[in-house]
Amino acid sequence: MYLSQKKIDERLMELKEEIPMKMYNDLNRELSKVKITEEALENILKDVLRRYRYAKVEPGEAVGILAAQSMGEPSTQMTMRTFHYAGVAELNVTLGLPRIIEIVDARKQPSTPSMTIYLEEDYRNNPEMAKKVASTIGNLYVSDLLESDELDYLGSKVILYLDEYELDKNEVEVDEIVSKVKSGIKGIDVESDGKSVVLSLTKGKNTSRKELKKILTKAKIIYIRGVKGVTRVVMRKEGDEHVIYTEGSNLKDLLKIDGVDITRTKTNDILEVHRVLGIEAARNAIINEIQDTLNEQGLIVDIRHLMLISDIMTVDGDVKAIGRHGVSGEKASVLARAAFEITVDHLLDAGVKGEYDELEGIVENVIVGRPVKLGTGMVEVVMRRELEESKEAI
Amino acid sequence: MRILPKKIDGIKFGLMSPEYIRKFSVLKIITAETYDEDGYPIEGGLMDKRLGVVDPGLRCGTCNSRVGECPGHFGRIELARPVIHVGYAKRIYKVLKSVCRSCGRIKLPDERIGRYRQEIKTARKIGKNIDSIIEDLFKEAKTPKKCPHCGGEIFEIKFEKPATYLEDGQRLSPADVRERLERINDTDSVVMGFDLDVARPEWMILTVLPVPPVTARPSITLESGERSEDDLTHKLVDIIRINQRLEENIEAGAPQLIIEDLWELLQYHVTTYFNNEVAGVPPARHRSGRPLKTLAQRLKGKEGRFRSNLSGKRVNFSARTVISPDPSISINEVGVPEVIARELTVPEVVTPLNINHMKEIIIEGPYNYPGSNYVERPDGNRISLARVKNLDELLEKVKPGWKVHRHLMNGDVVLFNRQPSLHRMSIMAHEIRVLPYKTFRLNLCVCPPYNADFDGDEMNLHAIQGQEARAEARVLMRVQEQILSPRFGGPIIGGIHDHISGAYLFTMNDTKFTKSQAFQLVYSSGIRKSLPDPLIDENETEYYSGKQLFSLVIPEGLNLSYKAKICRKCDKCLEEDCKYDAYVVIRNGKLLKGVMDEKSFGAFSGELLDRIVKDYSTDDARIFLDSVTKLVINAISRRGFSTGIDDEDLPEEAKERIEEILRNAYKNVRKLIRAFNDNLLEHLPGRSLEETLEMRIMQVLSEARDKTGAIANEYLEKEEKKRRRENSARIMAISGARGSLLNLTQMTACVGQQAVRGERIKRGYAGRTLPHFKVGDIGAEAKGFVKSSYKSGLSPIEFFFHNMGGREGLVDTGVRTSQSGYMQRRLVNALQDLKVEYDNTVRDTRGVIVEFKHGEDGADTSRTDWGNIVDVGKIVRRYADQRGKK
Repeated sequence: MYLSQKKIDERLMELKEEIPMKMYNDLNRELSKVKITEEALENILKDVLRRYRYAKVEPGEAVGILAAQSMGEPSTQMTMRTFHYAGVAELNVTLGLPRIIEIVDARKQPSTPSMTIYLEEDYRNNPEMAKKVASTIGNLYVSDLLESDELDYLGSKVILYLDEYELDKNEVEVDEIVSKVKSGIKGIDVESDGKSVVLSLTKGKNTSRKELKKILTKAKIIYIRGVKGVTRVVMRKEGDEHVIYTEGSNLKDLLKIDGVDITRTKTNDILEVHRVLGIEAARNAIINEIQDTLNEQGLIVDIRHLMLISDIMTVDGDVKAIGRHGVSGEKASVLARAAFEITVDHLLDAGVKGEYDELEGIVENVIVGRPVKLGTGMVEVVMRRELEESKEAI
Repeated sequence: MRILPKKIDGIKFGLMSPEYIRKFSVLKIITAETYDEDGYPIEGGLMDKRLGVVDPGLRCGTCNSRVGECPGHFGRIELARPVIHVGYAKRIYKVLKSVCRSCGRIKLPDERIGRYRQEIKTARKIGKNIDSIIEDLFKEAKTPKKCPHCGGEIFEIKFEKPATYLEDGQRLSPADVRERLERINDTDSVVMGFDLDVARPEWMILTVLPVPPVTARPSITLESGERSEDDLTHKLVDIIRINQRLEENIEAGAPQLIIEDLWELLQYHVTTYFNNEVAGVPPARHRSGRPLKTLAQRLKGKEGRFRSNLSGKRVNFSARTVISPDPSISINEVGVPEVIARELTVPEVVTPLNINHMKEIIIEGPYNYPGSNYVERPDGNRISLARVKNLDELLEKVKPGWKVHRHLMNGDVVLFNRQPSLHRMSIMAHEIRVLPYKTFRLNLCVCPPYNADFDGDEMNLHAIQGQEARAEARVLMRVQEQILSPRFGGPIIGGIHDHISGAYLFTMNDTKFTKSQAFQLVYSSGIRKSLPDPLIDENETEYYSGKQLFSLVIPEGLNLSYKAKICRKCDKCLEEDCKYDAYVVIRNGKLLKGVMDEKSFGAFSGELLDRIVKDYSTDDARIFLDSVTKLVINAISRRGFSTGIDDEDLPEEAKERIEEILRNAYKNVRKLIRAFNDNLLEHLPGRSLEETLEMRIMQVLSEARDKTGAIANEYLEKEEKKRRRENSARIMAISGARGSLLNLTQMTACVGQQAVRGERIKRGYAGRTLPHFKVGDIGAEAKGFVKSSYKSGLSPIEFFFHNMGGREGLVDTGVRTSQSGYMQRRLVNALQDLKVEYDNTVRDTRGVIVEFKHGEDGADTSRTDWGNIVDVGKIVRRYADQRGKK
């Protein structure tokens, strides 16, 4: 008698609370492939559960130290250099140990901020459309569209000759340039004949050469469009979809652009992820960034360790660095802080504030010379009930 | 010493009030003299007997106990004028700026102060840090120009490092400052972060200086009989001297100027007494010119009290010596030299059952092995057997309940450690085996977790002293329990070097053994199993294949198949029919197909070993490793395995082809440069032309190197077949024993491009790397391409470039170790308090839940299969297979 799918589902539902999601999904998937009897199902579940119970962490396990060591030990084998991103030769991305340190330090700005932009369905397979998105992201300045420029000292004018090829390529209208220049520089009139843009001063004609030059340089750096902060855009075909990589990161503005798949697009600036998408996203960003960096170096570290590192950095709802300015600096125990770094200041402060050290942590207990409350040291009293009762009886 | 039956519950920090200092000090120090002419401490001096004693034979003047018993007692110096405590100078400044000069209140309206008070109260309640709140208060309170309480005018206060305050250009003396701080009322103090139980603002200014007991600053007697005082004593002498002079001058009514100068000097000495590294203060120096180590320096940094004496402690019962390999001992064992075994002891309680044995051990004494060094009476007194005169008398007295500190003996559990201890497998428990000679011996399989080799490495050994600890170490820390790494859930202990190449040669299809060879091999490897039936070859002679013999060490019933390291990653895998014998098939514990190599039982990647630990037991894994290594080492020793320079020989034909490829590459580089000069080079997106050129050249050259490598490998393989002799270097590379094909390429064909900072070499002279080239030459040779092989030898120019690349590598390693070391210290420090609680949550010491389930599924990585808890598919298939598929 084979069980019906419904029966199997019911039986699995009972276990859903007890077992991890992945295991539940695996069971669902694998069981849907085969026909089984009730006895076989029970046997399967028994085996699966036995394995799971065996694999559970034991109370008292020093998972923190385990995680720290698991990440620290392989980091000695990492390279120091900034390498080209695997595959994308066009972009420089910090990798290896410096990148890991950067993540763990929760730096305000990564040394090479960059975004990986995935596109929505209509765009991702169409190179034309993808290119369009890429060009709206890439920064375009007036100087990018010029063939040459000229200073007319007599007429107190600055003349910008436009490069039609560039205009075409970037799909920029002359009017757009005119209006951008107008709003960008005060006190000038802007005219255009379609091939050039003429900037003339409104107030009098007694302007100096210096001033004209200043206007020219100002005009050149007026930015026409693009996402601020992005300095370089590279498009690449990955599998059958087009992906855009950028140098420079600005997630907030990027997500407003049409065609960008906001569910998959990512940046390597973790604090920006926190600002734009929130703390849970930042937590995942830390895990992913560390894992990608480690994998790139061919090192395997189980994700559970990275989760814990990421979790301790983000528990307070705010991305904290690993080190004296973050997690370690905010410990409850004076002795733990003093034993780590800036010893004297912590002791002096503790004096004024009248801090009380509960001696719960690891270093504190090592300092006062008693067993550490981890693993087998966590057990405080073991008492057998019967024994206690029998004593009373006597 | 008796141990007090007290337990530390917690430690409260606080400031010492002047009254407190006076009350708990045992005397007032009045003279700067330390000893009189006869060498006796002067009464009222810094070495007064009432402060405790450090010289043997003397008794403490306060508690009348001897050296070692008396913890020492504090004294005090009454300062003639108050002095600022440097450590609090900044805090004093903040407080001064926030309070009114006339009424002493915080310059904020009452309701603001109340608000801050409330905030602090709630923050305290939920255990949050109050620092930021107090910072905010200081920031807000420093701005008002008028006091909202008394309407008094406020002048700007300036702070000059290290301890001078100026109000409106006028100097505030520490006495003035103290007076102001005294005026601050209790509620305001609390709002500014002071815990009134232990700290008042004015206590940050010293009027009485506590003098630490002599035990905290012991003087040492040099061989010449001269006394050398501790740095703290020197500093205290300075303070007392100046203090006395200041006092005399004040009494004598000296001019204000002189008094102020002396006061300043007193401030300097007290400042450097606390911290001799304050910015802007010249450090106080010893007569020899060495800066003194005062209080802050004693605590601070890596060599300070905290990190080097409190967080890390020196221990007894430890030994250290050079390590060397011994493939004949188990992975669980460690070979210990007898000298060390005689020195390290283990306490053993005498019981009625072992009393005779214990007595024998006592008789052997400290000089014979196995003997004992001490006997401990039930009251804890130890009797050294080296000094016992009447042994019989002692033996009479030994009763059950006594302890014998006996020498280490075979089977004792010890901890074995190699620094740097980067992960928990850096300290493992071994069973000792006493061996001759003077090095620690270890099985080669435990080299990877310790990251040890035998080029002079030393390791530490700790003898465990208690039964509890011994049991714990044995169950949790024994080598066989650590085979699976908690980092990724795979084996970290496994065969290396000759184990791998040996196994590879041993399990190759054409490895055959005669019956007697097989018997000898198997027996000498300690395998006690009956051999299977021999095979018969084309000449009708019986033989054993390597695979058959290898199967003897595989546990029964094991089924496994995987791709070996030598797999060539063909487009279509033929699996069992692999013509390179790279697809391993093990059925019911018999190796049927495939060779054993790194993927079988190598550290970090051994699939077979992985299966044995996970599906069988750690005992089986230990037995497997012990016997497999012995078998394989025996086999390879009998066969012989060596590599020499002729392993890198290539036939002329190969050399010509390599030459050809390099010529072509050079030509292509030149072509690229010409294209660049003629502006014909196509941009890579987002790169300048120069960058594009560099990238293209690098690409061409690295492709060329790879091609030469492929050719070299091809010919090496051909030669092997032609001469019917294996190329040892190639075997090591492909089986994963040592080296890689890249190493081989560099030795035989072409070393390739040398790089500094990931770029071709560009530094040197203006526009060129060496004067041998023309300015602006960016061809292959001019920028560090080494076309020679290591065997053919490098040209001087190539050698120079190679050296540049090599130096970068060395610098890189140096920087990396220090950087990653510091990162790991920070990581460990941040995470060390996290543990799994009984409710399976991960929490820190505050009880804050960091994770509800460790790693979201509550699993322990070292009990998972490369991160997966269970292979559901496998289990389902096991039970459902017979029933058919849907």
